Amino acid sequence: MSSTTTYTQVRPYTRGWLALMAALGAVIAVALGAVFHMEHQGHWVTGMTNQVVWGLPHVFAVFLIVAASGALNVASIGSVFGRQEYQPLGRLSSLLAVALLAGGLAVLVLDLGRPDRLFVAMTHFNFKSIFAWNVILYSGFMAVVAVYLWTMMDWTRKRFYKPAALAAFGWRLILTTGTGCIFGFLAAREAYGAAVMAPLFIAMSFAYGLAVFILVLSVSFKMTRRPLGDEVSTRLLRLLGLFVAANLYFTALLHVTQLYFAGRSGVESFILLQGGLHTTLFWVGQVGLGGILPLVIAYGGCGHAPRKRAMMASILVVLGGLAQVWVIIIGGQAWPLDLFPGMEASSTFADGHVHDYAPSAWETMLGLGGVAIALVITTLGVTALRLLPAGLGETTSSCAGHK
Amino acid sequence: MINRRHLLLASGAILIAAPAAAREAGKPATAAQRWGLLIDTGKCGAECTICVEACKAEMGLAGHDRPRTDAQYIRKVNVKDPATGAGHSVPVMCQHCAKPACVDVCPTGASMKRADGIVLVDRHICIGCRYCMMACPYKARSFAHEEQTGQQPHLPRGKGTVEGCTLCVHRIDEGRLPACAEACAAKAKGAMLFGDLNDPKSEIAQRVAREATTRIRADLGLEPAMRYQGI
Repeated sequence: MSSTTTYTQVRPYTRGWLALMAALGAVIAVALGAVFHMEHQGHWVTGMTNQVVWGLPHVFAVFLIVAASGALNVASIGSVFGRQEYQPLGRLSSLLAVALLAGGLAVLVLDLGRPDRLFVAMTHFNFKSIFAWNVILYSGFMAVVAVYLWTMMDWTRKRFYKPAALAAFGWRLILTTGTGCIFGFLAAREAYGAAVMAPLFIAMSFAYGLAVFILVLSVSFKMTRRPLGDEVSTRLLRLLGLFVAANLYFTALLHVTQLYFAGRSGVESFILLQGGLHTTLFWVGQVGLGGILPLVIAYGGCGHAPRKRAMMASILVVLGGLAQVWVIIIGGQAWPLDLFPGMEASSTFADGHVHDYAPSAWETMLGLGGVAIALVITTLGVTALRLLPAGLGETTSSCAGHK
Repeated sequence: MINRRHLLLASGAILIAAPAAAREAGKPATAAQRWGLLIDTGKCGAECTICVEACKAEMGLAGHDRPRTDAQYIRKVNVKDPATGAGHSVPVMCQHCAKPACVDVCPTGASMKRADGIVLVDRHICIGCRYCMMACPYKARSFAHEEQTGQQPHLPRGKGTVEGCTLCVHRIDEGRLPACAEACAAKAKGAMLFGDLNDPKSEIAQRVAREATTRIRADLGLEPAMRYQGI
């Protein structure tokens, strides 16, 4: 923690504050309306079927949950790895981690067939299930990060700062491993079923979490007229580039591993070449917009100020991230289960052919509701508590000399 | 309409496939039994859906004329070898695995395996997460996508929960055959033999020991109780 950093609350009830909260509140209200409709009518009004059982809400939920653990990295770099320049960002980083997780879990819970049985999920545990482990990991993450944030804000608890930081860092790595294993342990699904899903999800979380952090930091500083130095933006942008490269590396590793496995060429051909929307989202969304372009922006030529470049790269990483989670979750289910390897199969239950899926407006509303919940929690957090630094360095109009 | 040929087939099939006596009320299922089916695909006609229809009637699967979301506990999968053109029509349902992936992944324990190997869903604690559907290699489970009507007393179905073939556990406990096996014997060629795989004297155990049988996706090591001949 930097002893020289001044933290101030965001002033509530200003015109901008009220407009933001009203807009986010409206999105949440619409999302709750969609949930009511889906629960009342049943899931048949969604795009989900007995073949594609996890749809767009899971894409949003997994993105938010993965981004949550990654958002904590900025705090960890300052505390666990002792990088002083990151320490003033630790409080926002922790808040964002909790907020994103809450948004993601809200979507996940409200997409259950029986969301009213949340209490059952918290009282009946099958400890062989990685899903049950994740319930514990998610709730524990909130508690650990809350303690970590407390040690950052209360100087009388300074002696617990380092242990809390280490616990939170370890916890977030295990948490994201658990999320990756939800897919990696599914031997039946040819698109997953590989241990590399765990490190891939960790790399994804690093990139998504930092991108969301950069966006929230930049927008909140701009809206509250706090100075944000080019040095901070440049540093975060370069770090984002590193995480994006790691994500690309593990993505490549996943697909090379799949191609190496005998019998998985079909699903790889589907994802990489013939999967229509899924293939487009993979190459254009995930690899192009979410991978290569942010790398070019981070390390390439400089046409804009660092803050603007960091914003552009972060938006692209978020969009690419949503595409990536779509390809994993929806693309993985669209490919049919292989009951009879080497044989052609067909049935009235859609065996043997690629399954289609188009998200309904209800599912989209629910997903966006999760994003809004995360942003409301973040806004309330920076309003109620001194989490935002009053300023971070000096701004310049040019990026020269900051590369 | 049952003709004389069907009647003869049925009587013979029921004689050899009759399960053990009914389980006493209040007495729990035990691992002494391992219920299973042996399906002879050579006797299974491509157009025949008698087992599917019997299952629907027994379980009250009325459906809503929405194939993408309507439940199917048993289906006929048409399998064709692209190299030779040889084809089979294979009834596929919950395979009642000894090591069921659905039971492993279920966060609440709603997916469970009875001592006698029958895999069921406790709809009182199923939260509808659908992770079991993601994990099942046989696509044997359905999600109750909407309100259910025409329900049978022995199979309460609940909107928002997952369901699948119970191997007609209510019938087995009464000492009767599963509806699919009974209908196949009575109205078709008797392709389904039900019995106790743990009982060396049972017809199914003797045939499995004597004849070549296969299990679907045996490579996954889940040890299903459904065995097939002819594929």
